[in-house]
Amino acid sequence: MDAVKTLNLTKKYGKMRGIEQINLTVTEGEFFGFIGPNGAGKSTTIRILLGLIKPTFGTASIYGLDITEDKEKILAQIGYLPSEAIFYSKMRVKDILKLSADLRKKDCKKMTENLCQRLQLNINRKVEELSFGNRKKVAIICALQHNPKLLILDEPTSGLDPFMQKEFFEILRERNQAGTTIFLSSHVLSEIQRNCTRAAIIRKGNIIACDSVEMLSKTNAKRITIHGSAALHKLDGICDRKEIDGGISFLYHGDITYLLQALSVGDISDLSISEPDLEEVFMHYYEKDGDKYDTDKT
Amino acid sequence: MTLIKHELRQGKVSFIIWTISIGFFLVLCIFLFPEMKDQMNNINDVFASMGSFTDAFQMDQLNFGTLIGFYGIECGNILGLGGAFYAAFCAIIMLSKEEKERTAEFLLTHPVSRIRIVTEKLMAVFIQIIAMNIIIYILSVGSITIISEEILWKEITLLHFFYFLLQIEVAMICFGISAFIRKGSIGIGLGIAASMYCLNIVANITSNVEFLKYITPFGYTEAADIIINGCLDNKKVLIGMAVGFISVVTAYWNYNRKDIY
Repeated sequence: MDAVKTLNLTKKYGKMRGIEQINLTVTEGEFFGFIGPNGAGKSTTIRILLGLIKPTFGTASIYGLDITEDKEKILAQIGYLPSEAIFYSKMRVKDILKLSADLRKKDCKKMTENLCQRLQLNINRKVEELSFGNRKKVAIICALQHNPKLLILDEPTSGLDPFMQKEFFEILRERNQAGTTIFLSSHVLSEIQRNCTRAAIIRKGNIIACDSVEMLSKTNAKRITIHGSAALHKLDGICDRKEIDGGISFLYHGDITYLLQALSVGDISDLSISEPDLEEVFMHYYEKDGDKYDTDKT
Repeated sequence: MTLIKHELRQGKVSFIIWTISIGFFLVLCIFLFPEMKDQMNNINDVFASMGSFTDAFQMDQLNFGTLIGFYGIECGNILGLGGAFYAAFCAIIMLSKEEKERTAEFLLTHPVSRIRIVTEKLMAVFIQIIAMNIIIYILSVGSITIISEEILWKEITLLHFFYFLLQIEVAMICFGISAFIRKGSIGIGLGIAASMYCLNIVANITSNVEFLKYITPFGYTEAADIIINGCLDNKKVLIGMAVGFISVVTAYWNYNRKDIY
């Protein structure tokens, strides 16, 4: 069964672009990544899925239920972690957690205690006294304490220290193994690469690629690092060129034969050819060659 | 119920402050009455001949020398204006604060329908206004007993009841507006309450704009009319309640369809 399915989902803010014709399918039990820079439309998509805003066109369903018709049924199965964790400032953490559980008509004391312990959160403090990171922990617990079937996480790690990030992803992996579907929106690519099985890349409101993380990282491009010198200026397909100590490093997506020919007549003391990581691919195609990436992939 | 309880807890401090303030001034005025009573007989004529000022507060129709006359005018200004301010304050922030303080995302991503949110929030507004009025009523009757004046139950109860209706109307109008705004809510709410009060004063001064009395709820809570006639202009009350009702329906309609940021 599909946990999330959107069909031509579009949101326009007057003449401003929101998202355009988003088609996404996340299957049950998947750890799905949603990648894109700020303002690409990640949060807009999520807000439509949660029923906070209404789509201009298109439809979306969660576990087969329509997001506008069955909103409450859907929300009962979702745990949502917003990018900015904002709560009623005068309330104490324990009251916020209780309010969240009460609104869901669930008693999740045990789970709450367990999560507070793992994330080292003091529940007796007032929200207004909390640091950004600690507020984020409150949001994490609100999203997880009722054991939802689907977790929607929007920039979940901002504000968390590395130790907490590790613990948080540990919890997510446990949940995922237990069957929870996870929809992780982030601009931290390493996070997606380490945890997700599949991912979609969104740019300017459009999905430009959606594939397994492995496939997304695997492009024709290779990261070439050479020490020494070679006549590379005649080669097509070089980008992200960086001068390094005694040599040069670049991404190459041209014909490998021409590269080898150019290198063989050069004066090379050392050479490495490696797969670029997702971050590199993403940065490169995103910034300079997005349209090309679009056509390559679709 | 969860949300009603939550809202009552959220509004606890302002409820206490407003109730204490209104209650304090009302009780203070009642305690001043015995001292003023003797001097009032002379002052009555003065008050009754102050031109527009007299008309504005209808001071020629009520006798300052009697507790009920004195109370009618004091009550009109303290409970009328204070109560209207509190009702406006309470209602105008009720829906808008979630977006202003950016807690809407937290609240609306729980499995609670927007209809239920609006309903429970409206209930919370009503409960706070009802509670304040009960406390004020008890304080008021208690103070009158303490100064050993006769309590004209019917007049006093009617006065308080119609001020309560006034507050409910102001609250419903502000609640309707609350569903549309995100910022500047308190200013708008208090502004509405104050301008309605002023409209009534204008209507009292010149009979050319008598129709204003149908617009402002202060038009049907004129202490002089209530005390002298012992009843109210039902038409004005009905119009007021209808306006409030439409306003609440508009709140449901807009809150249910709007995009929340």
